[in-house]
Amino acid sequence: MTTGFSVTVRDLNVRYGRTSAVQDATFDLEPGGIYGLLGRNGSGKTTVMSTIASLRPASGGEVRVDGEDPFENERVMAGVCLVREAGDISPDIKVRANLDYFAHTWPTWDADYADELVDVFELDRKKAPRHLSRGQRSALGAVVGLASGAPLTMFDEVHLGMDAPTRYAFYDALLADVIDHPRTVILSSHLISEVEKLFDGVVILDRGSVLLAEEADRLRGRGATFTGEREAVDALTADLTVLATRELGRVREATVYGEIDAATTAKAHAADIAIGAVGLQDLFVHLTRKEST
Amino acid sequence: MFDGRDPIYVQIADQLRRDIVAGRLQDGDQVMSTTQYAQTYRINPATAAKAFTELVDEGVLYKQRGIGMFVAEGARERLRAERRRAFYAERLDPLLDEARYLGLSTDDLVRYLTGPTGSDSTGDDHAINDPIEGQS
Repeated sequence: MTTGFSVTVRDLNVRYGRTSAVQDATFDLEPGGIYGLLGRNGSGKTTVMSTIASLRPASGGEVRVDGEDPFENERVMAGVCLVREAGDISPDIKVRANLDYFAHTWPTWDADYADELVDVFELDRKKAPRHLSRGQRSALGAVVGLASGAPLTMFDEVHLGMDAPTRYAFYDALLADVIDHPRTVILSSHLISEVEKLFDGVVILDRGSVLLAEEADRLRGRGATFTGEREAVDALTADLTVLATRELGRVREATVYGEIDAATTAKAHAADIAIGAVGLQDLFVHLTRKEST
Repeated sequence: MFDGRDPIYVQIADQLRRDIVAGRLQDGDQVMSTTQYAQTYRINPATAAKAFTELVDEGVLYKQRGIGMFVAEGARERLRAERRRAFYAERLDPLLDEARYLGLSTDDLVRYLTGPTGSDSTGDDHAINDPIEGQS
């Protein structure tokens, strides 16, 4: 039984002409995990995924998929599926014919499952994708990624245009599928609060650089809000990394990043400062807003 | 669900412990599989598995190969005894701090606890008449 491909990215640089899209990116993904690749528009998410899928050459550094260089590597590439927003779906041939084509792309393709998913997402088999709505085209991409069974499956902004029920149907199908067929999944998304609990790990890109690569639970534990009397909050957070503050009358809420030790927790309690959780979405917004050049 | 500051697996384990202490899950009951749990709450399967592994290691749950996971005999009593030991330090002391901060006297609190609106009349009868009261 396969458990998915590992991914190793070391000092990756990608340039488009004179423009640098990715600089010195380094991270590791364990086989069988679900990973979030998060970043603002233009942060390099699509470039990183395209390079892993060897659709784009690295200008420097290296990428290893299942321990090997994926470039012109048939064995590895037969196990990699990248579902791009732009899509590798042919817009003019019927949904059914598109799926038949993909059946020949991956040896792990599950045609029955693809068929089932087409019904789940209520796609018309007889329509050409260009006559589908944006959300339906995204759903077709989701079908391809799920049914590919590829040991490394990447979904680049696959949620775009999907309405909420369709997105949740996708998350449910993804979970059910990785439980039955463990494999490595990379999901890039802006809707972090919807997907953050699905992740084993998270890689945050900011302007082409890896801001952090971390276990999701550990990252979540790094964020906290301190809410209390202004001076008391300032005193307590003086030595912490404060990402943002908000004033609510005489009360200040400081969002901090870093390990919160027991001593700090005790001091907060003594000073009547409430400690709250920060979701990944908020952490992401605060971390990527900071200047990091 | 699971929006607290603790790691999600800790929150899942806590939720299951609470369910057992409250009797929503009884000794010998089968619990959801990690797969069902992950799908029900849309969380990472490895995270759910970690919570269940912790509870198995603690002896709160036990695994029957090929069948599933069950609440261990005596799990509720053991968890309840643990909870009681922690109750004063973790729950009551902060409340008493708050009462002091608000200027409520011990007499005020006693009056509330024994009075017509207090917990003697509205509280959980089961907790008060509990046979093992005072054992810990």
